[in-house]
Amino acid sequence: MTNLSGKCAIVGMGETAVGKRPDATTNSLHLEAIKACLEDAGIKASQVDGLLTNQPLNDSHRSYAVKLAHMAGINAGFATDLALGGATPIAMVQHAVMAIEAGMATTLMCVHARKRATPDPTPGHSIRRGDEHWEEPWGHFAAAGGHAFAAQRHMYEYGTKSEDLAHIAVSTRKHASLNKNATLRKPITIEDHQQSRMIVAPLHLLDCSLESDGGGAVLVTSVERARDFPKRPIAILGMGQHHPHFSLLDAPTLTTLGGKKSSEMAYRMAGLGPKDMDFAEIYDCFTITALITLEDYGFCAKGDGKDFVKDGRIGLGGELPLNTHGGLLSQAHLEGQLHITEAVKQLRGNEVEPERQVANAKVGIVSGHGGSLAMHATLILGAL
Amino acid sequence: MSKTQDERGRAARRGQPFLDEPEAKPFWASLREHRLTAQRCSSCKKIFNFPPQARCPHCLASDYEWAILSGKGKVYSCVTYHRPWHPAYQDKIPYNVSLIDLDEGGRIVSNVVDCPPDEVRIAMAVEVVYEDLPEYTLPKFRPVKSA
Repeated sequence: MTNLSGKCAIVGMGETAVGKRPDATTNSLHLEAIKACLEDAGIKASQVDGLLTNQPLNDSHRSYAVKLAHMAGINAGFATDLALGGATPIAMVQHAVMAIEAGMATTLMCVHARKRATPDPTPGHSIRRGDEHWEEPWGHFAAAGGHAFAAQRHMYEYGTKSEDLAHIAVSTRKHASLNKNATLRKPITIEDHQQSRMIVAPLHLLDCSLESDGGGAVLVTSVERARDFPKRPIAILGMGQHHPHFSLLDAPTLTTLGGKKSSEMAYRMAGLGPKDMDFAEIYDCFTITALITLEDYGFCAKGDGKDFVKDGRIGLGGELPLNTHGGLLSQAHLEGQLHITEAVKQLRGNEVEPERQVANAKVGIVSGHGGSLAMHATLILGAL
Repeated sequence: MSKTQDERGRAARRGQPFLDEPEAKPFWASLREHRLTAQRCSSCKKIFNFPPQARCPHCLASDYEWAILSGKGKVYSCVTYHRPWHPAYQDKIPYNVSLIDLDEGGRIVSNVVDCPPDEVRIAMAVEVVYEDLPEYTLPKFRPVKSA
């Protein structure tokens, strides 16, 4: 088996404005992200020969990658929708690498946009996970409920407290306050978190991420071709996935998730470990998700996340700057697409507000997490 | 203003079980008679996980029987909903939702009743009670009174 570490690189990235975009549609946000990415990469849509999308949760967008390719003027030799929830944006980059190495495409656009803050007038029916009727009759409806089950277990098994989770919300908001393209920029305190209303106990409002409109895209090609692009190429050094359960009913545990094996796979491929990471963009649909992932990724021992997130360790200038853009909690929730674009910007240097640039950033890790805490994907990126 | 697909999706959430799902029909029929059942594989003898399915999740054999369970179990995790995601729950908040690990195997989403939500605990021993509704019966759980 060939090790694909460093064979491909991200040579373009685009982000739309996020927050409330009442005049936009799911389609228009995808096209806007593609346009921004093409401009950043300095190429035309006709030079792209592959497209990967996240299956939109609306049945009118079936075979969306093919539909979008034609809407954007991309003549795709490889196009597919992936459906791993919040692990999809990372999985798209992984599939792009595989398509390049398989000779099926040379230059692939990975794009995701979402319309959740304001209504999307696009007609169609919503796509369900499929087993909600084994949850809803007992009043279990929400992602917050599933993650609250995990938080409760973490508190039971390791003595984690709600105030510990607050440190993640506070640090993430501080980073968002430095990001001009973030939805919530007003700094918060531990007390604000503790006094925010309960959503599904033990999770407070400030443990929960945003509902957002917006989009993002990255362009992937081989390292050989990457030299012809204007911006500094960002190498794809490590990739991993693991999906240890589907439903909460068959989860072997809720305190160690797919991130453990997924990160081990990515570290092995990259020949690197947690100590080599200059920053981490970790999926934070809820504060507990980030806490569990930090442990699963080996930044601290299982159960020690509650101490790791304190004393500025996860802040800019700390041991492991976490979610330097403000994450899903405070920047925007686009299924982690902007965790990837943020990592690219950090590694290029000089592309974010100077006060939130990680000094000397050479290698960063990005996580994605989806479903009922079920799906996980990991990416390790490095500056070339 | 046209309804968004998301609003329609939420409206479509009836919050009810699908009683006619082929693999689950006997489960719902037994509950009507106040019996909590689960599939047991005729080949490897293990209890299936919920929800019911056509083949054993442990060995993929297609033969199974419906085993009558003791109705005893333990709380694996528990949460309290403070926000109603469905209009039917507007006057029920705050309410408990728990993952119940059944003694014979299998886990089910349910509610611990006869107990204030903030007094439900992980590892609490519980037993089934039946909530009869006009069209179906839901299994719920109450704390086992210590002797």
